[in-house]
Amino acid sequence: MKISREDVLRVAELAYLDLSDAELEMYRAQIDEILEYIGKLNELDTANVEPMAQVLADDQTADATLREDVVVPCAVAGDILKQAPDPEAPYFRVPKVIER
Amino acid sequence: MTSGWTIESVKATIAAKKVSARELAAEHFKRIAARNGELNAYLTLSEERAYAQADKIDAAVAAGKPLPALAGVPIAVKDVISTRGVRTTCGSKILNNYIPPYDATAVSRLEAAGAVILGKTNCDEFAMGSSNENSAYGPVQNPAAPGTVPGGSSGGSAAAVAADLAVASLGTDTGGSIRQPGAFCGIPAMMGSYGRVSRYGLIAFASSLDRIGPFARNVGDVAAVLKVMAGRDPNDSTSTTAPVEDYTRELKKPVKGMKIGIPKEYYGEGMDSGVRAKITAGIELLRTLGCQLMDIELRHTDYAIATYYIIATAEASSNLARYDGVRYGLREEADTLVATYRKTRGAGFGAEVKRRIVLGTYVLSAGYYDAYYLKGQKVRALIAQDFRNAFEKVDAIVTPTSPVPPFSLGERTNDPLQMYLADIYTVTGSLAGLPGISLPCGKISGKLPVGLQIFGPAFGEARVLQLAHAFEEAGGATV
Repeated sequence: MKISREDVLRVAELAYLDLSDAELEMYRAQIDEILEYIGKLNELDTANVEPMAQVLADDQTADATLREDVVVPCAVAGDILKQAPDPEAPYFRVPKVIER
Repeated sequence: MTSGWTIESVKATIAAKKVSARELAAEHFKRIAARNGELNAYLTLSEERAYAQADKIDAAVAAGKPLPALAGVPIAVKDVISTRGVRTTCGSKILNNYIPPYDATAVSRLEAAGAVILGKTNCDEFAMGSSNENSAYGPVQNPAAPGTVPGGSSGGSAAAVAADLAVASLGTDTGGSIRQPGAFCGIPAMMGSYGRVSRYGLIAFASSLDRIGPFARNVGDVAAVLKVMAGRDPNDSTSTTAPVEDYTRELKKPVKGMKIGIPKEYYGEGMDSGVRAKITAGIELLRTLGCQLMDIELRHTDYAIATYYIIATAEASSNLARYDGVRYGLREEADTLVATYRKTRGAGFGAEVKRRIVLGTYVLSAGYYDAYYLKGQKVRALIAQDFRNAFEKVDAIVTPTSPVPPFSLGERTNDPLQMYLADIYTVTGSLAGLPGISLPCGKISGKLPVGLQIFGPAFGEARVLQLAHAFEEAGGATV
């Protein structure tokens, strides 16, 4: 077994995701099978391979694409707040924050 | 009512004042009203916006002004692409009431070129799926093969074009989500190279893989829509400054003598025999066009699914952290902020999205990062290298788009791994950042569409489209 019920609980906690008991067990079993399959990558020796984060042409790297830091007008603050479940202009209101 | 419109016929008809852009939009809305109840291809219609745009085009016609490339062309947009003032749900309950305050660059470029945006199309939730059955708003019917899935995740966009409910549409492709529904619905569907079309306003699933691309009724229309969207956008730092070729003009260049790689890893076990027969006939057709077929190796193909599902889920777990019930979308109230996050996300996301968030968080978590995520990034480099080596010898690579034909609704929903494994022929090009197109390549027993896929080297869109056009002209759709 690659992944335990405790692992799934820990990951759900990291991801701020409420899962029911039934979901926990279903995901554990399914992800276990997927991780088992993913294990086939260990057949490959990658000791001397550089990891690839993104496919980028030379002109797409951060160095090549950083622009001047200029202020441009952006008048959508009102539209954005309208989308919030509980806005109080110019803020988003949230329930009280208690340390975990 | 007429049907079977293409960009060319729309432009000619509007310019000749035989039909106005407004009448054409109305004709499409009428067809949508008649068929969408059964197909479920559209989630939201943007009639007001469409008619306002159509009226602008009609005014330009009346004034005798030159018409832009997509003047009056009715286009549908996948619901993961932002449209100002038009609800955008990503196929998710968590964004059920979300109205974007801005347009994606792809959308604003289409409108600037005269396109009429009809509405937003159904898709798998946050583009995660291969059958459109993961939409919170119900599945889509495949108009080309009733009773089967339209493919996914851009199933609504593919179905809309296949059923004449749009002349072209936009999809997004992360691991095959444009090409596979194109194959299942029997229409051409393309993703350009990573960086070719701006992702600004595309609601992110996996940022290093996500791409926007067109569905259309023929290859020429695919080329025209891609050309309008392509090119550098200062709002997406990964969009490239590489010049955009005139795909439409390049389309008719001869393909005789073109070297086509046939990778043996794509023709092994697991391919449906009906698909194999059609693809074999499609390749034979390319030979008769004077193309030179060459056997090639893409050695790491068998590791692509594992690599893809590490990288895509890792990036998704990070990108989807933003849905927390604070700034937009659903909020499920609870006593504390953290409890609100958890409850909102637990209630708002569907089963496949949660599965991928859990898997993606796991492969990135302390103790597993090196074994999974880093390993995946390294194998991704090997897969990309395979393609670079191959393109030193060949001009294009031809494969099936999917190992299986369209399957029945509900047939595969209980086994996520089996669903993932069917993405084998498309995820490779996604990981390597290459342009790819799926073309109709006959129907099994005259019923189930088969798709033939062409990959080109990075930024080799023009060449891919040339070969696609030649295949289409030679009758590839009916092999």
